[in-house]
Amino acid sequence: MTQRLQFDDNGRLKHFLTIEGLSRRTILQILDTAKSFISVGQREIKKVPLLRGRTVVNLFFEASTRTRTTFEIAAKRLSADVINLNIATSSTNKGETLLDTVRNLEAMHTDLFVVRHNRSGAAHLIAAHVPPHVHIINAGDGSHAHPTQAMLDMFTIREHKGDFAPLRVAIVGDILHSRVARSQIHALRTLGVAEIRVVAPRTLLPTGVERLGVVPYHDMRAGLEGVDVVMMLRLQRERMTGALIPSPQEYFNLYGLTPEKLRCAKPDAIVLHPGPMNRGLEIDSAVADGPQSVILPQVTNGIAVRMAIMALILGGSADNARGRRAEDAA
Amino acid sequence: MSIVVKGGHLIDPANGVDGEHDLYIDAEGFVAGVGQAPGGFVAERTIDATGMIVCPGLIDLRARLREPGLEHKATLESELKAAVAGGITTLCCPPDTRPVIDTPAMAQMIQSRAWRFGYAFVHPLGALTRDLEGKLLTDMEALDDAGCVAFTNALAPVIDTLVMRRAMEYAATFDLVVFLHSEDPWLRANGCCHEGEVAARLGLPAIPEAAETVAVARDLALIDQTGVRAHFCGLSTARAVEMVAEAQRRGLPVTADVTAHHLHLTEEDIGDFNTQCHVQPPLRSRRDREALRRGLADGVLGAICSDHQPHEPDAKLAPFSESEPGISGLETLLPLTLRLVQERLLALPQAIALLTHKPADILGLESGRLGVGATADVCIFDPNERWRLSEDRLVSRGHNTPFLGTEFQGRVRYTLVGGRLVYEADKPAGG
Repeated sequence: MTQRLQFDDNGRLKHFLTIEGLSRRTILQILDTAKSFISVGQREIKKVPLLRGRTVVNLFFEASTRTRTTFEIAAKRLSADVINLNIATSSTNKGETLLDTVRNLEAMHTDLFVVRHNRSGAAHLIAAHVPPHVHIINAGDGSHAHPTQAMLDMFTIREHKGDFAPLRVAIVGDILHSRVARSQIHALRTLGVAEIRVVAPRTLLPTGVERLGVVPYHDMRAGLEGVDVVMMLRLQRERMTGALIPSPQEYFNLYGLTPEKLRCAKPDAIVLHPGPMNRGLEIDSAVADGPQSVILPQVTNGIAVRMAIMALILGGSADNARGRRAEDAA
Repeated sequence: MSIVVKGGHLIDPANGVDGEHDLYIDAEGFVAGVGQAPGGFVAERTIDATGMIVCPGLIDLRARLREPGLEHKATLESELKAAVAGGITTLCCPPDTRPVIDTPAMAQMIQSRAWRFGYAFVHPLGALTRDLEGKLLTDMEALDDAGCVAFTNALAPVIDTLVMRRAMEYAATFDLVVFLHSEDPWLRANGCCHEGEVAARLGLPAIPEAAETVAVARDLALIDQTGVRAHFCGLSTARAVEMVAEAQRRGLPVTADVTAHHLHLTEEDIGDFNTQCHVQPPLRSRRDREALRRGLADGVLGAICSDHQPHEPDAKLAPFSESEPGISGLETLLPLTLRLVQERLLALPQAIALLTHKPADILGLESGRLGVGATADVCIFDPNERWRLSEDRLVSRGHNTPFLGTEFQGRVRYTLVGGRLVYEADKPAGG
């Protein structure tokens, strides 16, 4: 179903809703394209005219700073017109349905919606009901997917590790509620890493998580043993009140990434975090700011990756997008 | 009008009838003869049922008609027409209308309005507690007099165990039947699908198996103590079926039903957020579905119901967890049950029993039978006709069904209620 929804009749990527169902080739194509866009951000004039005259609406039903900003910068560097809408407190409170909100904005001739919503499946729903010329990028839906975050994570891992095949990866934290983790798992599986581990107490792991192709660990030191990549997740403070974990102290002691625990991983292991970080809850500042952290490069890479995905979707195939970019540069 | 139904294969499980018999219906709407015309019988109308199955009209233990209070979804008239198009001649209407069916006046109003349309018979299910709040008991005996066939808190949980105990004790005093939707509200929390593989993949708030088993265990303990006649509605888990089977073996007065869709669909049918598969209780694993099917074949589950919940299109056009649960099921109750026969789970008379006299027995009704003298509620269907469910074919106002586009074998041709032909396929209902 996602297959039908994400691709057009010619098998080209039309919406970017989830990593699930994407081929290895498509993922690598996006990473390659992103690589070529990195240089745009390093120039004095940080713009290419690839999406000139196109309208991108950042439709955020849930608060976000980092993701919205990087999408905005990505669209602007591609010369698109960008409008930011934070709907969390406006229309839906007036009783307007999600689809009505989208239909109204679509009547203003939007080409691309970047959607974030606190309910799983919101981006799918919108994609299933927009006219054929409108494209959707999922910027996070409930606990389901955050595919552009996973793509920038893959980009960052590739920059530091090269080949995916031999890698052992540990994802640590609130897997149950994490759209980031789900997208990371699909991406890592498709890219064929050697092993994916998820590290958390049972209350923060979905029932049946093994069937996503991961190995659950409850002991963080065992879970980090010999891994190449440590992917930390943000822990929402409200998990405490939901009786999912007892206290911040207990969580930090057991699952907080400290220099001591990080020593269980390979010496050259890298540490990722999708942000925003809770220092002293899921990650120790010494690790967050330490030499193995690639958390800030993640943010920089996020812009190039989002440019690549927008270009791919609005500009046709990635080859096409690259071609046009090269022409523009010439 | 006196009618003879000629040439059909009559299946009347309660009377052990399974063969070619003509059915004679007198002008007052009662069965006058089976196989043999009573003396002096003159048929004013002949229905040619050659190649068709003739059986008692179907009895549906739960169908929301949405009136009063939710007329933007459906009305009594629209849904009763849909019922007879599905071969259903008697149905029970849960009390979660607006206002709630917790007074004799409400119960009578629904019945008299239904009576006026003259399609299927409607039996209200009375509220177990006032306004379904789980706090104060309703006037059950008065509601019983007003036509309520059983009492239930519908999908609203009775959280206070003492109130549930009292409600059961009070119902038992007057030998009233209690319908239970056993689901623990805390374990359910904000869940919207089964806690399993699909919830893990889609990141949807999940409802564990224990939400059902914990509540069934509590309710069984209270049934044991109060001796109330109780009926579990729409079981969804393998473990709950085992628990009810065990209680039945111990001689507890408990029955249970299953919805037609839980016998065919699983969590996997949610696919990528198909809100048409958002139901309560949720579609569960394949293992659970197999156990429900076994429970049906073994007799632990005594009825199949539609659990009809018609919705306006917008109710399903929302992110999965915000969409409203429920399937418009009146018109797929028989086809989905016949599919169990085609899949060799049930023999045809067994399947028909689960839709006719068995649910009638649960309610203590005499209908669901076609012996001489019985009210002539009759369903006549072609067991071989293949057809595809489409929106323009649906009579119900609710087009919310995951079975749109599905091909079925077996289609209702005629429905008679009290000896009146109220539905004829390819003719407008009531024609």
